[in-house]
Amino acid sequence: MTYTIDVEGLTKSFGPTTALAGIDLQARPGTVLGVLGPNGAGKTTAIRILATLLRPDGGRAVVDGLDVVRDAVEVRRRVGLTGQYATVDEDLTGTENLVLFGRLLDLPRDEARARARRLLDRFGLAEAAGRRASTYSGGMRRRLDLAASLVGDPSIVFLDEPTTGLDPGKRDEMWRTIRSLADDGTTVLLTTQYLEEADALADEISVIDHGRVIAHDTPAGLKQLVGGQTVVVRPRDPDLTTAAAGIVERSTGHEVDRVRRGVVTAPVADERTFTEIVHELERGGVAVTELALRLPSLDEVFAALTRPEAVPA
Amino acid sequence: MIAHSLALAGRSLTKTRRNPGVLMDALILPVLFLVLFVYLFGGAVAGSTQEYLQYLFPGILILTTVLAGQIATGMSIVVDMKKGVFDRFRSMPVSRSSLLVGSVLADSVRYVIAVVVLFGVGYLLGFRVETNAAAAAAAAGLAIAFGFALSWITVLVAVLLRDETMVSTVGFLLPFPLVFGTSMVAPAETMPDWLRTWADVNPVSHAIDASQGLLLGGPVAGPVAMMLLWGGVFLAVFGTAAVTAYRRLT
Repeated sequence: MTYTIDVEGLTKSFGPTTALAGIDLQARPGTVLGVLGPNGAGKTTAIRILATLLRPDGGRAVVDGLDVVRDAVEVRRRVGLTGQYATVDEDLTGTENLVLFGRLLDLPRDEARARARRLLDRFGLAEAAGRRASTYSGGMRRRLDLAASLVGDPSIVFLDEPTTGLDPGKRDEMWRTIRSLADDGTTVLLTTQYLEEADALADEISVIDHGRVIAHDTPAGLKQLVGGQTVVVRPRDPDLTTAAAGIVERSTGHEVDRVRRGVVTAPVADERTFTEIVHELERGGVAVTELALRLPSLDEVFAALTRPEAVPA
Repeated sequence: MIAHSLALAGRSLTKTRRNPGVLMDALILPVLFLVLFVYLFGGAVAGSTQEYLQYLFPGILILTTVLAGQIATGMSIVVDMKKGVFDRFRSMPVSRSSLLVGSVLADSVRYVIAVVVLFGVGYLLGFRVETNAAAAAAAAGLAIAFGFALSWITVLVAVLLRDETMVSTVGFLLPFPLVFGTSMVAPAETMPDWLRTWADVNPVSHAIDASQGLLLGGPVAGPVAMMLLWGGVFLAVFGTAAVTAYRRLT
């Protein structure tokens, strides 16, 4: 299996501070890899190394088959960078920014203009194209920033916390844009502190903390990895709640977590138990309005993973 | 690399056009010094303001180009680095040196404007070139080249310190010992020993001698050669150091 992004044992220190303590990341072609972690976990350092802005102290980072240190110039032709630390010039208009980047990528002037126009259209900035970027709203600026990283038609895009500071509506808009990128076959590496964002966008997630990966899986796999699943039962008739709780307790062999406002929740070990509960509820004549097997939220996953005792030494 | 430098220079010019305030300190400060010295000290130093204007103007020309190069060049580089614009460029297949060269190139326009304004004001005050137009043009061209060479000092400071306050302080203060520690304002013979020693070894003295020679007559070849030599030294030392320090950022 060849990975479009392949990072092995990457280390980087700034003076006494260890930003990356040997990190491994892999992304398959055309997928979205979410790198999830709190502030200071090393996400931005990793992205800066991958985008050739920083030199690693040790380890290896290969992008599209090219070493980011040895083949830095060629890597720069193939990647786009957007996020906290790469940005557009606020004194220039949207068009001027994109045309400048096109010119720096050695596009002929006409082609640079045409591409700028296409990207501005695609990102809903056509009307603001002639205005200085300093007059743009936060959401518009992020979109221009993303457009800027796509001028060279990169096959790999790095997004460093692309929605930090955006309000929810703008965030959803950005999410749609990022998904459309991946749908077009671009490999995306996305860092985020929002578990919801990684869950919504990523095919696979690497959770990092203190400069190392503490978990890697698909969003669903990750949720399963830590903590069991929970069954949720809401009888149609609230008076039957106690009966429902009894059924759940018999099937799972556990006491129910809580019975609150007519909802019974209890941990379950496997899907078979869930099927049994469904069966027993039917036999007992307990009609339900809600019956679900719920995975723990990513927030819970993360809390569990970053508990000191959960981190492998 | 040349195409990239030009594209980046074009960007800087667009920025200057939209923020003309940056130009103002480069324009106003030298004119202010010219007017101040001529009318405050002219009578006392040279007997008449008119004679003193003739004496002072060639030095102010050098001061103008040095100031024009010092402050704004470093500032724009620091702002670009802090705002992440440079990071975007650096993540692209653009040579690192063209980023700095583009920035410095764009400044040449500012030098030309500053020099034209200075000659205009000088003329209005009564300054007259005592040689000929070609020599005056050469004086202006050399002054710009010299200012350009010295501007790499602030570029280096900008790359190393990445702090607006530090850069503007250095950019503003540095011209004083360099440009004023010469015979620009008064003949070196009237200075205390320590200052005259400094004025004698100060490379900017050669630039001012050359400027005086070209605008007023007098020895030209020697001072111009020394001015070019020193300009080359500044460019080689600080230019190389700045580009190296910049590359090392990775």
